[in-house]
Amino acid sequence: MEISSPLVSAERVLTAASAIVFDNVSIAFQGHQVLDDISFHLAQGETKALFGVAGSGKSIILKLALGLIKPDSGRIWVLGEEVTALREDELFELRRRIGMVFQESALFDSLTVRDNVAFRMLEEGKVGAGELERRVRKALGFVELEHTIDMFPGELSGGMKRRVAIARAMINQPEVLLYDSPTGGLDPVTSTTIIELLVKQRDVSRSGSLLVTHRLQDAFTMASHYFDVTTNQMLPLPPGKRGQISMSFLVLRDGHIIFDGSAHDLRQSRDEYIREYIS
Amino acid sequence: MELISPSEFAKEKVLAVQEYCLLAARSIGSLWQRPRYLRDIMIQCDLIGVGSLPIVILTGFFTGFVFALQSANSLQRFGSLSLIGELVSLSMVRELGPVLTGLMVAGRNASGIASELGSMMVTEQIDAMRALGTNPMKKLIAPRIVATVFMLIFLTIISDLMGLFGGMVVAKVLLRLDVREYWTTAWESLVFDDVIMGLIKPPIFGFLIATIGCFYGINSRGGTQGVGRATTQAVVAASVLILLTDAVVTRLLMLTFAGYR
Repeated sequence: MEISSPLVSAERVLTAASAIVFDNVSIAFQGHQVLDDISFHLAQGETKALFGVAGSGKSIILKLALGLIKPDSGRIWVLGEEVTALREDELFELRRRIGMVFQESALFDSLTVRDNVAFRMLEEGKVGAGELERRVRKALGFVELEHTIDMFPGELSGGMKRRVAIARAMINQPEVLLYDSPTGGLDPVTSTTIIELLVKQRDVSRSGSLLVTHRLQDAFTMASHYFDVTTNQMLPLPPGKRGQISMSFLVLRDGHIIFDGSAHDLRQSRDEYIREYIS
Repeated sequence: MELISPSEFAKEKVLAVQEYCLLAARSIGSLWQRPRYLRDIMIQCDLIGVGSLPIVILTGFFTGFVFALQSANSLQRFGSLSLIGELVSLSMVRELGPVLTGLMVAGRNASGIASELGSMMVTEQIDAMRALGTNPMKKLIAPRIVATVFMLIFLTIISDLMGLFGGMVVAKVLLRLDVREYWTTAWESLVFDDVIMGLIKPPIFGFLIATIGCFYGINSRGGTQGVGRATTQAVVAASVLILLTDAVVTRLLMLTFAGYR
């Protein structure tokens, strides 16, 4: 019989209950320490917004969570699986349970929007043509881009590409979603549309997500709004219900986490750097 | 321009060779793993094989044409003009056909593969593919290797044939030789060892072209400028390696086949 220590048991409980766990993770590129011994966890159904200046390692955290790159030290669990211990071919199975929206959308430019959104299902080959078409149209309907189904990514605007990337990430109803600057470089109106989609995805599917962003207002909007399915729009939460949204904020500086808490705690922070950052 | 120490330079090169060998080994390993992308292999066969046909036909034809033209003068001095068919045939099948076809396909496809994969790399499409649960080694690299290896054999055969046609045009139109005699000497001079020597090289060259194109493509860094650099490097490396490998393989085959010892 395997005898486990209380520490090992606690670790198992934490990794099983969390969507993502980073445990003392460090990574350096060409002698530059990007992440230095960072630890945090994302609970199931929680949304965590990652902040930090350019080059602070926000996107690296997403790539580490997906196993696209390996840390120099530390361990990472995603959906109960230890990413850092899995081989590349084992990671492909896990990645099918995770959705990722890349910074520049990363749509396959030689494929139509239909084939981009259906890529994962086409690769698996388990879904019939009729069901596949229905699910692609449903996913594109979710981001209100059904009319672009036969277009190529080159024919879409930046905002439309991001929305197609969101449709591609969520078509298989992943258990965790990773967003890498989904509103980066977009105008305020399109950014609001994208944030509305993220809120819709969060409140409809209840999946956990990590959101990398430079725009504080996007994360604050997510923390203070909910998606009303009856009116099909994002509405502000009534003042008494603001704490009900499972949303947290994480701030990175010089490879370290200097803040990990709620929107309220972030606003109340006395750290000079954070005060300057959110001002 | 940034100067680097000789030891750093050597380390970089050794690391690049190590990474290339790893990629080549993994790509061979992935050929036996499922899923097999037959549709992608067919698409690449069309792009690499059928797409290279015009340039291979022209290269083969004019190589045979010029070779016959240049040889005619020397042969005439020895009164052996009738041997022109044999000379063109042996040269094309053993050496010129495989090497020139390899170089032409390297110029066209090593660059094409490197720029396509390089663009996918810098726009995060390869990361997106991995994030979507698909192995780029199987989906992107293996089909290109299979297609290049397979199609280069046929392209070389076509190039050899076109070279013989080029030689025939010179023999008939400029040298007023009998066409039947040209084809008879060309055909009869070839032995099994010559044909095998000419057909062993194309799959090796094809493997080099595809793996080098893929290697430089997936190691592209630094945006569009990096992709351009990778494309150029892929063509240069593939061409140099084809010439180097040709010398080694030719010598090894000569030692292997009794007729050349």
